[in-house]
Amino acid sequence: MNADARPGLRPIDSAVGSARAMASVFARDVRVAFRQRQDLLNPLLFFVMVVTLFPLGVSPEVAFLKQSGAGILWVAALLSVLLSLDHLFRHDFDDGTLEQLVLQPQPLFLLVLAKTVAHWVLTGLPLVLLAPVLGLMVHLDGNSIAILCLTLLIGTPVLSLIGAIGAALTLGLRSAGVLLSLLIIPLYIPVLIFGTGTVAAAAEGAPVAGYVALMGAFLVLALTLAPFAAAAALRISLSNS
Amino acid sequence: MSEPLLQAVNLECERAERLLFQNLSFSVMPGTVTRVEGPNGSGKTTLLRVLAGLNDAWSGELLWCGEPRAGQREAFLRNMLYLGHRPGIKPLLTPLENLRALMAGRRPLSDGALLQALAGTGLAGYEHVPCRNLSAGQQRRVALARLLLADEPLWLLDEVFTAIDAQGVEAIESLLLQRAAEGGAVLVTTHHDLQLPGMHRIVLGGESGHEC
Amino acid sequence: MWQFFHKLGSPKWFYGIANRFMPWFLWGGLILLGAGLVWGLAFAPKDYLQGNSYRIIFIHVPAAFLAQSVYLMMASAALVTLVWRMKLADVFVKAIAPVGLILTFLSLFTGAVWGKPTWGTWWVWDARLTSMLILLFLYGGVIALDKAINDEKSAARAVAVLVLVGVVNIPIIKYSVDWWNTLHQPATFKLTEKPSMPMEMWVPLLLSVLGLYLLFGWLACIRMKTEILTRERRTRWVRELVLAGRK
Repeated sequence: MNADARPGLRPIDSAVGSARAMASVFARDVRVAFRQRQDLLNPLLFFVMVVTLFPLGVSPEVAFLKQSGAGILWVAALLSVLLSLDHLFRHDFDDGTLEQLVLQPQPLFLLVLAKTVAHWVLTGLPLVLLAPVLGLMVHLDGNSIAILCLTLLIGTPVLSLIGAIGAALTLGLRSAGVLLSLLIIPLYIPVLIFGTGTVAAAAEGAPVAGYVALMGAFLVLALTLAPFAAAAALRISLSNS
Repeated sequence: MSEPLLQAVNLECERAERLLFQNLSFSVMPGTVTRVEGPNGSGKTTLLRVLAGLNDAWSGELLWCGEPRAGQREAFLRNMLYLGHRPGIKPLLTPLENLRALMAGRRPLSDGALLQALAGTGLAGYEHVPCRNLSAGQQRRVALARLLLADEPLWLLDEVFTAIDAQGVEAIESLLLQRAAEGGAVLVTTHHDLQLPGMHRIVLGGESGHEC
Repeated sequence: MWQFFHKLGSPKWFYGIANRFMPWFLWGGLILLGAGLVWGLAFAPKDYLQGNSYRIIFIHVPAAFLAQSVYLMMASAALVTLVWRMKLADVFVKAIAPVGLILTFLSLFTGAVWGKPTWGTWWVWDARLTSMLILLFLYGGVIALDKAINDEKSAARAVAVLVLVGVVNIPIIKYSVDWWNTLHQPATFKLTEKPSMPMEMWVPLLLSVLGLYLLFGWLACIRMKTEILTRERRTRWVRELVLAGRK
C-alpha cells in the first residue's frame, strides 16, 4: 500500500535534504555561540591557565619544559575539550531544541555529526590556533610546535567526537560533569599517547608520517562510529526524561 | 475511506517502577481531535512522547497507516508534528531565527512565510528581538507559529495552551479544528477545559486506559 | 532452537537453571582452582630467575585473564540488550560488572605484590599493568553510569552503549599503551613467562584459570539470582518463592 499517495500525507522527499539540514544545525549552533562570546573564550583561558600550572607547580626550567611541553599542552587541551563538552547537548536538552532535532526526518547521526563539528570549530580549533603561542612559552622549538599543532588538529576532533558520546550518555544526570570525565578519559588515552608520542618521535628526528597517518585513522574511525553511538545514547537519555 | 493514521495496540509503559498504563489500545482517525485526559502523573505526557517516538520504553504495537511504525521512521517523522512542554526556542536567537532553524530541518520556507506566521501569532514587531527579552507567553507563541506553517497531518501537542491568553486559546482551537477538517488528526493534552465539537477522549489513570 | 532463546529471555527460567548448575560451578571451581594453586604455590619448581616470588602468577594470570574475558562477556550481553532487548542480558551485565572490577583490582594488586621483589618497587608503568589500570577505569565508568541512572531499563541500555564503545576501544588502548611503553622503556619486563614454561608451571596455571572461570560462573549465578529477585519482586513466582522460604 503506497501510503504516500493518500490525501494529506506528505512524501518523504518533500522534506529538507540531509546536507541542508546538517548545514542549518551547524549554522544555528555557531550563531548561538557567537551571541554569547564569553563562552567561547572560557575554554581558551582554561587552556592557558592549566599550562601555566606546570611551570608554577613543577619547574620553570627550560630543560624540563622542553621535554614535557608537548605533553603538558596536550593534557591541557584534552581537559579544555572535556570541560566544554557539557554544553554540547545540555542547553538544547533544557530548552526543547534537542527533542525537535531527534524528531527531524533526517538520520539523527548526521545531525549529531553536524553538532559535533560545530562544537569542534568553536572549541577545538581555537585551541589549535592558540597552541603555537603556548608552545613558545614552554620553549618548544619550531619543528616540535608544528608537529604538535598537527597532532592537535587531527586529535581534537576525535576528542569532540568521543566526548559527544559521553555527553549524550550523561545528559540530564546529576553530577553529569564528573561522570562524563570518568567515562571519557579512558577513551581519550590512545589519542593522548599518539598525540604526544608523535611529537616526541619528531623531536628525536624520527619520521612521523606513519604516526600521523595512524591518528588520521583514529579520526576516520571516530567520524564513522561515534555519531551513531552518540545518537543511540541521545535517544536513551531522552527516553529517560 | 477511513483508515486510522495512528494505531496503538496493547500499549504498556512503565516509568520509575510505576506502571503508567497497560492494555491501552486506540486508533487515531483522520479528521479527529482527541484529548488525552487524566489526573496529574497519569502518564499523559509520557503517552504523547511514546506516540511521537521520543520514548522507547514501551511494549505493545504502534502502527502508522496500518504498518508498524518502526519500519517507517522517515515517513512518520515527516508527517508528524510534536510540540512538548519545552518549546524548542533558543533564548539567544530572535523569533525569526528560531523559526527559521526549526523549519530548516523540515520544509524549505521563505522568510516572508515565516514573518507572516509570526505576525499571525501576534508577534509582529518582535521578530528581531532576542527571545530572552520576550515574555514566557511570547516565547511560546514563537513555537506556536509552527502550527500556522505546519503541513504535517498528525499533530501531537502537549500542554499547548500554557501561558496563552483567552484570545490566543480561541485561535489555537480553531487551528486544531481546521487541521482536523483538512483530513489531519490532532492529539492534545491540556489542563485547559477543552470542549470542541466531535472531540474524542482517551482517559488515563485507571487500571488501564480506555477510549471514549 | 528458537524456543531456547525465547526461554533464555525469561528470568524465572534462568533462576531455576542457575540453581541446578551452581553446585557444579562451585565444587568444580574450588577443586580445580585449589589443585592449581596448591600445585603452583607449593610444588612447582622454582623459576631460575625470580626464585619463589614468581608464584604469584598463579593468581595474577587467572585474575587478569578473567578480568578481560568478563569485559568481553559484558560486551556480548550488551549487544543482546540493544538488539534483542532481553532482560536477562541486562541482569547479566549489571551482575558481573562489579566482579570484573574486583578481578581487575586483584590482578593489579597481585601485579604489585610480584613487582616488589622483582623490580624493587610496588608499581611500575609497564604496558601490561597500565592497560589493566585503564580497564579498571572502564569498569568503574560502567558501574558509575549504572548507578547514576534511576530507571532500570534506561540504565541497562545506556550501560550497554558504554560497554560497546569501551570494547571497541580496548584493542586500540592496548596497542597505544604497548607503543607508549616501547617509547619510554628500553627493556621490556614481561609479567608472564612466555610459552617456554615447563609443563610443571603451565599445567597448574591452566588449572587455576579454569577453576577461576568456574568460580566466576558460580558467583555470576548468585549475583544474577539476587538481581532477578529484586527486579521481579512484584511478580507472583517471586512472592511464592520468598514465602516458601526456599533459596
